Amino acid sequence: MNVVFYLLAALTIGGGLAAVLLKHLVHCALATTVAFAGLALLFLQLDAQFAGFAQILVYIGAVAILIVFAILLTRGSELPKDGVFSRTWFVGLVIAAGVFAVLAWAVLQSVRAVPQQTAVPAVTVHDIGNALVGRYVLPLEIVALLLTAATIGAVIVAMHEKERPR
Amino acid sequence: MATSPFFTNLDQIFILLRNWLVDFLPAALRPTAGVVLEVIAIVCIFPGLFALTTVFERKGLGRIQNRLGPNRVGPYGLFQPIADGIKSLTKEDIVPFSANMVVHFLAPLSLVVAVFMEFAVLPMGRNMVLVDLDAGLLYFFSMSAATELSVFMAGWSSRNKYSLLGAMRAVAQMISYEVVLLLSSVSVVMIAGSLSLTNIVAAQDSYTGIFPHWYIFTPWGLAGFVMYAIAATAETNRSPFDLPEGESELVAGYHTEYSGFKFALFFLGEYLAMFSISGLGTTLFLGGWSAPFSFLTFIPSWIWFFSKVMLSIFVFIWMRGTLPRLRQDQLMNFAWKFCLPYTLLNLIVTALWHFMGEGWMRWVVCTAILAAVYVFMGRVEMRSEHFGPRRYRYAE
Amino acid sequence: MTGMTTPLAGYLLVAALLFAIGLAGALTRRNAILVLIGIELMLNAANLNLIAFWRFGPHPELLTGMMFAIFSIAVAAAEAAVGLGLVIAIHRHTHTTELDKINRMKG
Repeated sequence: MNVVFYLLAALTIGGGLAAVLLKHLVHCALATTVAFAGLALLFLQLDAQFAGFAQILVYIGAVAILIVFAILLTRGSELPKDGVFSRTWFVGLVIAAGVFAVLAWAVLQSVRAVPQQTAVPAVTVHDIGNALVGRYVLPLEIVALLLTAATIGAVIVAMHEKERPR
Repeated sequence: MATSPFFTNLDQIFILLRNWLVDFLPAALRPTAGVVLEVIAIVCIFPGLFALTTVFERKGLGRIQNRLGPNRVGPYGLFQPIADGIKSLTKEDIVPFSANMVVHFLAPLSLVVAVFMEFAVLPMGRNMVLVDLDAGLLYFFSMSAATELSVFMAGWSSRNKYSLLGAMRAVAQMISYEVVLLLSSVSVVMIAGSLSLTNIVAAQDSYTGIFPHWYIFTPWGLAGFVMYAIAATAETNRSPFDLPEGESELVAGYHTEYSGFKFALFFLGEYLAMFSISGLGTTLFLGGWSAPFSFLTFIPSWIWFFSKVMLSIFVFIWMRGTLPRLRQDQLMNFAWKFCLPYTLLNLIVTALWHFMGEGWMRWVVCTAILAAVYVFMGRVEMRSEHFGPRRYRYAE
Repeated sequence: MTGMTTPLAGYLLVAALLFAIGLAGALTRRNAILVLIGIELMLNAANLNLIAFWRFGPHPELLTGMMFAIFSIAVAAAEAAVGLGLVIAIHRHTHTTELDKINRMKG
């Protein structure tokens, strides 16, 4: 397997590790952005260009900015007194390690049984557009409704409440 | 139209030059070497244009403001960028004591890298695009979205309340106008039928009589271009949308604490963003590298592309010198209450245009709808409150 | 290790590792925003899985994996917006974002 994949995998995993291990919240948010960028590059290596560019546009261009705005609006710059990990951190770590062990075992056991084709799929944006309004038009409309509802909901939840007159 | 081989060669002169240079290498290295040469060309040309634009901007602003502008260094001040370059390279690099060192260092770098990446998909002439991506327009907007985060990084890492405030305002402004930018480009994609920028230019490269088929000469194209131009001015934080970096408001906004070469990188990043967004606007609405009249096609395509980009830059400079700055709430209101609904309406009118078929009818209907809604929304949405006669309240 | 010879296994292992890291982050950190970051990492790992299976699976021209991943990106963005709005609203009420302290229903 080629060097580029190892580099990108190292970048992504490193970004993810930094995101959960660093003390300062804004550093964690920026490390998450690095992980998103590494993932977008992995998508590009998998010949999924539309998904890769959409990942950069949506995750780095919107979700990362949302996260940093939320950190700033909730005074996340001050470090808590009792440390950044909760008291039961060991249990969480064990659970995560267990999940990874199960997933890795499943992958390694079964991957040689699955037939894999390595030819590059000839997929253009045209095909994606046709699929979106052809076969997947119902999910598209539902996602549109969902996004509208989520936007309105987020605005209402985070809005300043009017002072009730006493 | 038959053009003589001299003009065809002149049109493709950069391609021929690259092929000639690359032929010195063994066949295995040729594609890589070709790409490397093209990248070097982009990295040299656009900063060179940036240097020229700084002089033109200062002289142009000076003339608009009834003064001369820089005229000491070189004939008519044309060597001013060299002096500016030497100054910014030799200035002391002051970093605030409590600033976050890593983020403070990485912010200008990530801005300039993201902006340079945008040039990779712009077709600068016939066959002269660095990478002909199938989803080229989406790639361009992804890189543009990546610049917003570096603006925030710059403002936050300086540990300065003015920088942070400037960065928050800049990011809020950039995300709002990015929606308008994207939606006004979607109308072009609908008619051209492709996200690839070379296909969009090829769709505009035909003539009826002597007049070109540029999208700006259609009603929806004109409305889309105006919205695109407004959104592009706001995306690059240019006047009249330059509240995040206005000197009289916020010292210098998110690049207050940067000096020397890092400030020069921010400056470079802003101007290069201006070039790339003008380049995209040219490609989408002004026909890219195609000539304005059919009898002018003998002039090389890259001359037309760069002339149109420089014309857009001139309009940017003109707007900077003429229009007053918008306040933050005014510009956010403008984006969400006027630009976004109008751009959505433009999408519907574009669809109407496409489905009405050829003829004079669609011109009349589309123009009527767009003009009527423009006038109506201007009167209803953006009216300011009428102030009656002033009433004074005196302390009793 | 056996099974590392196929490229698909490599991508799946990276996705599994990223998922585990996101899960560890969501379970061990105190701050509510970091839990949301962990959730986003988990969603991204699932997307990587989807795209890897789309690429190496038998019928990539059906675009199933790619469509699923694109819809997942859209839904994750919506969920991040709502989640962060909730965190901001909770902060406004209790003036803290540490999950250890937000353990009462009394408001």
